[in-house]
Amino acid sequence: MKRRSFLGLMGAAGAGLAAPAVAPVTARAAAKDFRGYHDTPGVLFDGTRCIGCRKCELACNKVNSLPEPEVPFDNLEILNSRRRTDSATFTVVNKFDTPTGPVYRKNQCNHCLEPACASSCFVSAFQKNSDSAVDYDETVCVGCRYCMIACPFEIPTYEYHKAFTPRVMKCTLCGPQMRSGELRLPGCVQECPMEAMIYGPRNELLNLARRRFAAFPGRYVEQIYGEHEMGGTSWLYISGTPFSQVGLREDLGTKSAPELTAGALAAVPVVVGVWPVLLGGIYAINKRKEKIAAQEQQQAVSAALAKANAEAKETLAATLAKAEESANRRVDNEVKKAVKEALAKKEEELKAAEASATDEEEGK
Amino acid sequence: MSTVTNDDFKSYLTPFNIVTGLIIIAGLIVTVIRFTGGLGAVTNLDDNYPWGIWISFDLLCGVALAAGGYTTAAACYVFGFKKFHSAVRPAVLTAFLGYALVVLALHYDVGRPWRLPYPIFVQQGTTSLLFEVGLCVFLYLTVLFMEFLPTLFEWTGWRKLRDALVKMTLVLVIFGVVLSTLHQSSLGALYTIAPSKLHPLWYSAYLPVFFFVSSIAAGLSMVIFEGSLSHKYLHRMMDSEYNKNHDDVVLGFAKGCSWVLFGYFALKMIGLTYDNNWSYLASGFGAWFLVEMLCFVALPAFLYAVGARDKNFALIKWTAILTVLGIVVNRFNVSLVAFNYHLPSEDKYFPAIMEIIISVFIVTVGVVAFKFISTRMPVFFEHPDYKGQH
Ligand code: SF4
Ligand code: SF4
Repeated sequence: MKRRSFLGLMGAAGAGLAAPAVAPVTARAAAKDFRGYHDTPGVLFDGTRCIGCRKCELACNKVNSLPEPEVPFDNLEILNSRRRTDSATFTVVNKFDTPTGPVYRKNQCNHCLEPACASSCFVSAFQKNSDSAVDYDETVCVGCRYCMIACPFEIPTYEYHKAFTPRVMKCTLCGPQMRSGELRLPGCVQECPMEAMIYGPRNELLNLARRRFAAFPGRYVEQIYGEHEMGGTSWLYISGTPFSQVGLREDLGTKSAPELTAGALAAVPVVVGVWPVLLGGIYAINKRKEKIAAQEQQQAVSAALAKANAEAKETLAATLAKAEESANRRVDNEVKKAVKEALAKKEEELKAAEASATDEEEGK
Repeated sequence: MSTVTNDDFKSYLTPFNIVTGLIIIAGLIVTVIRFTGGLGAVTNLDDNYPWGIWISFDLLCGVALAAGGYTTAAACYVFGFKKFHSAVRPAVLTAFLGYALVVLALHYDVGRPWRLPYPIFVQQGTTSLLFEVGLCVFLYLTVLFMEFLPTLFEWTGWRKLRDALVKMTLVLVIFGVVLSTLHQSSLGALYTIAPSKLHPLWYSAYLPVFFFVSSIAAGLSMVIFEGSLSHKYLHRMMDSEYNKNHDDVVLGFAKGCSWVLFGYFALKMIGLTYDNNWSYLASGFGAWFLVEMLCFVALPAFLYAVGARDKNFALIKWTAILTVLGIVVNRFNVSLVAFNYHLPSEDKYFPAIMEIIISVFIVTVGVVAFKFISTRMPVFFEHPDYKGQH
């Protein structure tokens, strides 16, 4: 019995998965309470079984109708150079030389449980599906390529040479083909001659991996890559050599992408809420300062004015008084003068009268 | 008649016009290639380096260097430094043009530019920091446009519209500060999603804070730098009010910038200690990190302080240039040099000549637009009909 699928093995448990007639519910990938990925499907890749035959690459190319590769799939020479996914290749197998001989590892989108690509896309072009596939919607993609910056596994690629309809390209976990019933298993899983991959519920795959660790002591590094990395992935890897030696980074941490950016996003409402109040307050204080300063200035001005007024009045009064005095004096003088003059006149008249009287007496 | 046109034509053939003309022609040619052949036809971008100098220089540096708009407006209207008033209009105009050009540059960089409004109007990816950047830049560009409009209306003589807008100044300024705080910091936050790709000396959960604080230094330095450039070449457009305050503005900004840079330096050191990254300083990246911190942060902080104390305007201007350069170095480090640090050097990105042509082209368009507007509209002088009415 072929064990590349758990479905056959587990009958009822896998029934729901085997019959994807039920429309998959899209779960918002970055929602805070994203749950339910424990019984969602995944793929377990066993590095101790892979022989680097590139059959999975061929299958992927067929299933997704990708362009013919430059180097045909039966040419294994190419394994001597390190390759990555590109817009015409959704999966690659790389050869790693280790002390115990060559080790092969397949690389493709890991269909993260909380994908960095989905969390980073500003038009929500990526969605994590309930059938585990991380879907991409090219009808809304703007082509900013932030998803490519964000993906820790360096998976999304871009059609740089298309002028009008460039797309982000990556493995789909054969989501579309399986939903339409065209495929029962992802193309690569189906084609692998070594059963290096097994498709099934993620929690079952984790158990299976642990059973293999127990069954073959010393064969594996007893750790499951993808169980916790970056919040966990739907693809899981077990290997006989340390993961970092087969191109899987072990320094990614367990924080998912949404967790990494949560702090910065949480700051938004704080800034929106606090800044206007704070700035408005500072403005108000400054305005008030200005107003008080203006008021004080006004007060100073009016005080000065009042003082000037009072002073002016005083001077006026003094001047007036002085003027009056001098006027009085002048009147006095005038009067005196007039009196004097009048007196003088009278005297003269008297003298004249006297004189004429004497004249008359002499003339007789 | 023909002699007249000939003379006219000759008078346009200044060295400035010839150079800008050539750059614009080259830019237009590359534009055609870009939009008919796709990104691959003009750039060295690849699957490992989806973002090149159009993002590093045009977006990250462009936005930081246009921060003079919000810093100057806030200093003048919110914090009540009235003596900076004359610097507000040139700064707002620069910021407006800066952001407009950032948006123009994005049209080259994204794969399907006609969909740029999608994140706002079609489907919102609210978990994305890029969404926040996009929304803020869109709103802030609108705010800057409204802050600039009074200048335009004074020129065209539409008093009523102009007065209505001037009444909204404070609201616009506060709105502008909020939006700037958000998107300046979000540009740094963009990289918090990729801890495995950015070298630990540059990766930090504080990236948003670093970007925000350094944008203030960038803004203040750009105002000083442009102020002195305009002073030299557009002197005839400036009124005595502008000239009288110019020295005050330069000294005040130098002092402020010195403080900001010292604070930024301290923050970076706290970040380094918090993440326990001191051991990386012994590596090649560590040496480069030290160059950035000492030559482009600590040194200008010190020189600004000396320049402000001694009222040494020449020193302040050179320091402004050094600071602006430092911001460019920092943004390049985060987005290019320290990004993908684990890749072998043959996989590293270096911009293609046509990418550089587009960046130069966009800056040139900005300079031409600035010159056109500031030699016609009341930017460096108060319009005689509206004296003292701001
Ligand atoms: S591996 Fe990359 S592209 Fe695939 S789901 Fe995860 S983040 Fe997205
Ligand atoms: S390139 Fe497309 S899918 Fe990727 S983040 Fe940008 S808009 Fe989203």
